Amino acid sequence: MSAALITRRTLFASGVAVAATGLSGIFVPAGAQGLAPTRTMRGGSNNYLPGAPVVDRIGGGGFWMTGTVRRAGDGAPLAGQRIQIWAHTTEGHERDPHSHGATLTDANGLFRLEMPQIVPAFGQPHGHLAYDSGEFETVFLRPVMPSAKDTSLEAHFVLQPV
Amino acid sequence: MSPVRRILIWAGLLTAIAVPIAASGASPLLAWREPVYILAGFAGVFAMALLLLQPLSVAGYLPGLSGPRGRRVHRWIGGSLVLAVVIHVAALWITSPPDVIDALLFTAPTPFSAFGVIAMWAVFAAVLIAVLRRRLRLQPRVWRRVHTALAALVVAGSVVHAVLIEGTMETVSKVALCLLVLAATVKALIALRVWSFRSTSR
Repeated sequence: MSAALITRRTLFASGVAVAATGLSGIFVPAGAQGLAPTRTMRGGSNNYLPGAPVVDRIGGGGFWMTGTVRRAGDGAPLAGQRIQIWAHTTEGHERDPHSHGATLTDANGLFRLEMPQIVPAFGQPHGHLAYDSGEFETVFLRPVMPSAKDTSLEAHFVLQPV
Repeated sequence: MSPVRRILIWAGLLTAIAVPIAASGASPLLAWREPVYILAGFAGVFAMALLLLQPLSVAGYLPGLSGPRGRRVHRWIGGSLVLAVVIHVAALWITSPPDVIDALLFTAPTPFSAFGVIAMWAVFAAVLIAVLRRRLRLQPRVWRRVHTALAALVVAGSVVHAVLIEGTMETVSKVALCLLVLAATVKALIALRVWSFRSTSR
């Protein structure tokens, strides 16, 4: 599944994500061995509504939010993790409850949720994702689409056990 | 100035302002926005258009509005600019409070937010110092330099703010309006010799 999704754009996005992870690693104390946990992004939790239900699809779909969830340190993929997703789309504002939904990672720590097309809001086409289930430290992400015409967006979580 | 030239200048100015506003009205993003969010966007577009009139009015470039009449128009537009900025920020706040709080606290992830907030405080300060001009008892030269420096900050901040945003303004008309605002500001600054010791006649 993931092999089919790799394009120049996603490759670029992953590169940026890896670079960002690497950069954030610089500021982590030397004690953190291996894969550093993902830091919450600025503005990531804006318009978060706790407890978004697990859904097959948000609204009419047509846009894919994808990503991975791994454990900090050893990088082991985490299965069954609930990732909450929301955005300003063609079907609603970020604050609308129907713009929110959640999905679970598969055995390989991958998640993939179809949702309506994200459109630029507050100056950037961006999405919001949250891990807030308690087993690991809470992380809010706010990835930005390289182009507003994109029909998919990726976000990757490396979670720190509580 | 010949009547033809007057008409051409006003027509050109009207076009420079009307085209970006009309192009914003044709934005596909409007279909997916609530009325209050659309109002916020248009208040910003109008503010940018008003910004073009500020250097032109104060420097007396507008036909029929030279000298004191131009400066009176400059004051009215200054007040309108503050109103447009207040509507812009208030309507954005209603649309999404946390995003505006982040912007005002300079913690937003979007780089254009900080430029917009700086321009906002600068325009408030520029208007405040104008309103309190008599009461502050500043030397005219000092007052002028402070007001002009704030105005330059408003222009620079607003242009960067607008150019970096992916919003309802159409890109070409947005950049064109920004370039016109910059050009008008630079021309007025040079013509008014704000930084020289010689004061222009008032």
